[in-house]
Amino acid sequence: MLAYTARRVGVSLVQLLGLSFLSFMLIHFVPGNPIATMLGPRATVQEVARISASLGLNKPLPEQYWLFLGHLLSGHFGQSITFSQSISSLIGQRLVPSLALIGYGTLVALVIGVPLAIVSALRADTSVDHGIRIFTTVSFAMPIFWSGLILGIVFGLKLGWLPVSGYGTGFWGIVRSLTLPAVALGLSLLAVIVRTLRSSIRHVMALEFVEAVRARGFTTSRVFVSHVFKNAIMPTVTVLAVNVGFLIGGTVVLEQVFQIPGLGTLLFQAVEQRDYPLVETLTVLAGSVVVLLNLSTDILQAVVDPRVRPGAHSV
Amino acid sequence: MALLTVAGLRIAFSHRGGSTEVVRGVEFAVEPGETVGLVGESGSGKSLACRSIIRLMPAHATMTASKVEFDGRDVLAMSAKELRDHRAHSVGMIFQDPYSCFDPTMRIGEQVAETLRVNAGLEGDAAKARALELLESVDIASPEQRFRAYPHELSGGMRQRVMIAIAISASPKLLIADEPTTALDVTTQAQILGLIEQRRRESGMAVLLVSHDFGVIAQACDRVVVMYGGYVVEAGPVAEVCARPQHPYTRGLLSSIPSLESAGRRVRRAGIPGQPPNPADLVAGCPFADRCAQVRPACRELHVALEGVGDGHVTACPYVRDGVPVTNAGGSR
Ligand SMILES: Nc1ncnc2c1ncn2[C@@H]1O[C@H](COP(=O)(O)OP(=O)(O)O)[C@@H](O)[C@H]1O
Ligand SMILES: [Mg+2]
Repeated sequence: MLAYTARRVGVSLVQLLGLSFLSFMLIHFVPGNPIATMLGPRATVQEVARISASLGLNKPLPEQYWLFLGHLLSGHFGQSITFSQSISSLIGQRLVPSLALIGYGTLVALVIGVPLAIVSALRADTSVDHGIRIFTTVSFAMPIFWSGLILGIVFGLKLGWLPVSGYGTGFWGIVRSLTLPAVALGLSLLAVIVRTLRSSIRHVMALEFVEAVRARGFTTSRVFVSHVFKNAIMPTVTVLAVNVGFLIGGTVVLEQVFQIPGLGTLLFQAVEQRDYPLVETLTVLAGSVVVLLNLSTDILQAVVDPRVRPGAHSV
Repeated sequence: MALLTVAGLRIAFSHRGGSTEVVRGVEFAVEPGETVGLVGESGSGKSLACRSIIRLMPAHATMTASKVEFDGRDVLAMSAKELRDHRAHSVGMIFQDPYSCFDPTMRIGEQVAETLRVNAGLEGDAAKARALELLESVDIASPEQRFRAYPHELSGGMRQRVMIAIAISASPKLLIADEPTTALDVTTQAQILGLIEQRRRESGMAVLLVSHDFGVIAQACDRVVVMYGGYVVEAGPVAEVCARPQHPYTRGLLSSIPSLESAGRRVRRAGIPGQPPNPADLVAGCPFADRCAQVRPACRELHVALEGVGDGHVTACPYVRDGVPVTNAGGSR
């Protein structure tokens, strides 16, 4: 188990290094640069050169990359170019709304998705099952900004139940302001959850051990809760972890639609301003979340399902 | 009075194109404390027939019967609650593949203890203590250690022992063993059969032992029921059926018993030529007609029914007695 964890952590570190390199290269090769954006088209050559030197942008790329890595590892991530603040304090201010949105969205997806998946699996190939499939497919096919807009128009503007923009104060204020974007985010994730969980429930229910427990006279609900569900949930957890990248992308869009001052809005501004260090740091951090979640899912999987553990063998 | 009586049992699977009957009017009985063998090639309907005793049907299967009576109670009329009690307390069941009949994510001991908590109402430590006792009673060495093992960490024989422990935990009146040794090696097979026999003698429960191997049945059972293509084709006391097999299919099965020959090598003697039928292709007549060396035109129109040949011995073949064709059969009846 220890060797497995160590190997898995090693792989994650390599992934993170590759990610830092890619995000560095990408933003540097996008046309435009932060100085031109800051100073406008009339800047003199001397001004550009001076600022370029003060920001270290005149150094060769490998050296800039090396400095960037240093900043990442030090944990304070250096200075933002456009916000004249340290990147770590910027992130600190913007982190909570984004995390709350992702968490809330996932919760919405689970609260709606798990019961739908169970009904779908138990009533497979009936009209209920087909209805659920149509609903989740439509919610999946709808672009996330589109469902966000529609929810905003219906529940915010028309019915006036919930705010359509901004970020409330206090727990309930935050919950209210994040509800519509969270529902939009949750709906986009629904199809993946329902499809995965439905098929793994059906797979597990066809296994021989389920017949063996039924033969013991257990109630249907005990068979389901104590045995089927536990064996069926892991693929869904994995799929959720894999889809965190998708959720982060959705958050960037929804924060724009609903004017939420989170990391997505920050990333948006950073790209617009070509704020190299800020874009790089945000990209690497978002990527790290995905990598770390996948890492912990793999380890969790080995904990839950003893057969996954390497070195598991008969005695 | 018989412990179990099954009669007129029919099981059909429904699918897109309609439905296919795979068990076609089966009857058998089990007396208290006796061991009855259910034998036949794979696909003959043995597993479904024994699952009908606890009405444990796979998806898309419909079961009908004129009678399934257990210990004086009508299994067909049981409510969901009564059926759960019946499964939990009256009948224990073990399965062919000990590798796949445990929850892979739950410790072995926990699976035994869960059964005790749910079915015997034991709690916490009492359930664990009783589970350890049960593991010990099926000859599992160092039960404390095995208790914490996951299914994949045990050998097939060990798992089958645990399965037996679970199945007999409620002291059932009948143990159904559906090919309990098919997935095991010869030595383990003998140990498991020995264990079942020992538990039967100690507790007085009856055993319904399913196998495709007549050798196993001949060794372990008092009576045998031979199935083919969803029908019972012959039944009777084991010694009698082995000595005077009436149905050509039974003769075929008996001649293909693997025998222990010189140097302990297992030699399979000539089996029955051809393949077991696909239930969807079976039409009227004797199901064995296509493979029978003594087939005659009338076999294709035969209405399959058991007739007595003395002393509880019945056969579904009216045309052959003791391997010899009956010349005027059919016409005279
Ligand atoms: N779940 C199922 N779906 C469709 N057909 C099945 C299913 N289970 C069994 N059958 C069919 O029913 C027949 C009898 O099966 P079974 O009772 O398992 O035979 P046996 O135990 O004698 O090998 C076989 O032809 C098999 O193909
Ligand atoms: Mg079978």
